[in-house]
Amino acid sequence: MARGECFGLLGPNGAGKTTTLRLLLGLTQPSAGAIRVLGLPIPEQARIARRRIGVVPQADNLDPDFTVEENLEVYARYFGLMPAAVHDRIRSLLEFAELSERLRSPIRELSGGTKRRLTLVRALVQDPDLVILDEPTTGLDPHARQHLWNRLEELRAAGRTLILSTHYMEEAERLCDRVAIMDRGRIQAQGAPRALVDRFLPRYVLEIREPVRNHTALDLAHCQVEAVGALTLVYSNEREYLTNLVDRLGISRYLERPSNLEDCFLHLTGRGLRE
Amino acid sequence: MNRVWRRMPSRGFSAVWMRNFLVWRKLWIPSLIANFGEPLLYLLAFGYGFGQFVKTMDHLPYLVFLATGIVCSSAMNASSFEALYSAYTRMEMQKTWEAILSAPLEPADVILGEVGWAATKGLINALAILVVGFVLRLWSGVTIFWALPVIFLVGFAFGAMAMIMTVLARSYDFFVYYMILLLTPLLLVSGVFFPLSALPAPVVRIAQLLPLTHAIELIRPLLTGRVPHAVFSNVAVLVVYGLAGYGIATALAYRRLQR
Repeated sequence: MARGECFGLLGPNGAGKTTTLRLLLGLTQPSAGAIRVLGLPIPEQARIARRRIGVVPQADNLDPDFTVEENLEVYARYFGLMPAAVHDRIRSLLEFAELSERLRSPIRELSGGTKRRLTLVRALVQDPDLVILDEPTTGLDPHARQHLWNRLEELRAAGRTLILSTHYMEEAERLCDRVAIMDRGRIQAQGAPRALVDRFLPRYVLEIREPVRNHTALDLAHCQVEAVGALTLVYSNEREYLTNLVDRLGISRYLERPSNLEDCFLHLTGRGLRE
Repeated sequence: MNRVWRRMPSRGFSAVWMRNFLVWRKLWIPSLIANFGEPLLYLLAFGYGFGQFVKTMDHLPYLVFLATGIVCSSAMNASSFEALYSAYTRMEMQKTWEAILSAPLEPADVILGEVGWAATKGLINALAILVVGFVLRLWSGVTIFWALPVIFLVGFAFGAMAMIMTVLARSYDFFVYYMILLLTPLLLVSGVFFPLSALPAPVVRIAQLLPLTHAIELIRPLLTGRVPHAVFSNVAVLVVYGLAGYGIATALAYRRLQR
């Protein structure tokens, strides 16, 4: 990874995203292979590496016994930073996350979105070079998600390196310079989100939401067909072909759209439901 | 060897201790009353009630004999409770340890900070009893100041052993067994309520391997103006329990936390 890059790890549940992130932090011991983070060998120098890494975990682990400000002060102590040394920094970070009015709020009074933003602020308290985010917006409402995305874009613009895992393709497309699609512990493909879609799929897709009876209308020289449960996806580089197909199939419940990262994700990780 | 070296605690353990101290400071009055109530009741009920019938024990007024034992047992209980229930809550329920471990701290630091804090809680509770004993004029001599580091050591030893249980536990239920099957028998055979000499010889031999016995052999003389007669071996036993407990708990913590 390059400095200042935003890298996304995509994959179904159990693909190994969290394990990968834990390995980078030296929190899980590798059974084989070599890891280097910020130029340091992991897990040997993980303690030193973590000094320069901010972490936003999957589940909130803010300290319920403290207020917003105390949470940040106590967390800074874990990095050997005394409250006086981080006082100004905490104020400006809370402003950045629009949390200034919540300074003295107890954690239990915060909403899910506010907790996430505070967790992000906490990850920045020691001014890290790298920020690792494990599913940062899972479970957030659309407003809270947009808000967090804006903050992450600002971080990226400020030149901070980000690694995030996510289930949301929209999130990956919006934030990531590069993504890796993982499945069963392996990277299936990686690259820029748009390039990845182009590499694996035709440009357009007709999403048919009803049973297709007239299979003979599908000419496999012009298109590629995939079934996802009750859904039929017809991919093609020729938009007109798909438009005409609608008439020929005589369907009424469909959506014609450009193919996207989500299609690519489903294509690469198999269509079946995971347990 | 490299691995052992990496698992040595760093100065960062003090931040873990500090975190717990800052939480305690917010709620120290109810916390003290809760932990302090039980030993005080024992002291009053047995000391005054029982003391009507038993005037002296082992050449000490019974109330003094009992109070010196209760100083030890309250340190034992407070540090065990902290290292069991409270530490487990921080590890499992609140995920406080998880947050700490994504900072440049390691399980070795967390365990040392937690055991150190458990020892501190033991000392705080024992201090409350010491104050009551002072008001009741139970203590004598300046050797009482030597009792303080010894009480901390007792708390450390019990905190460290309880921590083994905590990092093994799958639920709070495990701690009930630890308290009832280990600590309660310990309380009864270590000389808190009556001298060891009242026990059958085989039990005495077992009791002499137990940490609370050695804690009492140190604390009882120190609080009554005498010098313990086997300082070195008493301290050594407590240090061994403390270090072994810490070492085992830390090794198990790496196994549990660095899956």
